[in-house]
Amino acid sequence: MESALTLNHFLLVSGILFAIGLAGVLLRRNLIVIFMCLELMLSAANLTLVAFSRFRLEDGQPTYDGHVLLFFIITVAAAEVAVGLAIIVALFRSRETTDVTKVNTMKY
Amino acid sequence: MTFLFYIFAALALFGGMGVVICRNPVSSAFSMVVSFLGLAALFIQLNAYLVGILQILVYAGAIMVLFLFIIMLLDVPKEEKRSFPILGGLGAFAIAGAFALLLVSVLGKSDIGSATIPPIEAASGPGNTDVHRIGELLFSQYWFPVQIVGILLLVATVGVVVLSKKELK
Repeated sequence: MESALTLNHFLLVSGILFAIGLAGVLLRRNLIVIFMCLELMLSAANLTLVAFSRFRLEDGQPTYDGHVLLFFIITVAAAEVAVGLAIIVALFRSRETTDVTKVNTMKY
Repeated sequence: MTFLFYIFAALALFGGMGVVICRNPVSSAFSMVVSFLGLAALFIQLNAYLVGILQILVYAGAIMVLFLFIIMLLDVPKEEKRSFPILGGLGAFAIAGAFALLLVSVLGKSDIGSATIPPIEAASGPGNTDVHRIGELLFSQYWFPVQIVGILLLVATVGVVVLSKKELK
């Protein structure tokens, strides 16, 4: 039990979480849930960034460039959610649905 | 330390599974909060205190409240029956499986992943917290991306206001 934590532990958790998010995006039909799964994938990528930043020391301190990149990712994700949810509300107003299989006018 | 890692990793992963499995969007949203709390704990375990707190404040706080608000506003019904599209389902499992296979093979071949957490030297002086370091980087080396992100937020705000108007003229 008392084996030390390695980089592999964090990378594996991050990869599995990313795969779960990807499966959700492909499987679910509700637009809002698809959006949540996208956020899950972004967070999984964040975990990788923080782990690499922690495991690479410079002068005995972690390299903080990964954290800065993560800061930008969080900001862009927040902007993306705001715009995406506004689009979903506009879609719901004209179609009365959030089901992706029912929004297929452009498909044929 | 290792024990806590497994608890919080399980929290994050089962929360993520809940998002995909739950039929009711509100349950998905709350599973998402659980998943983000577990992730934040993992961040804090990696000595990324600022990022962990940001994860809770921005994701589990602001973004999930926005999601719940939209779910409430639209009154989204839960999916009637669990009829996953067959082709899409097969594709999803194939892609997720291929990704897992790739991950295992890459992590198995490289020895970078077997590194253990190196100890951090004790902080000396007042300006040695991670908040201080990140702030210094943001406003010196990364000043230009910060400006761009500011413009992006402005564009997003204006765009949301335009999209939310009843009719465009």
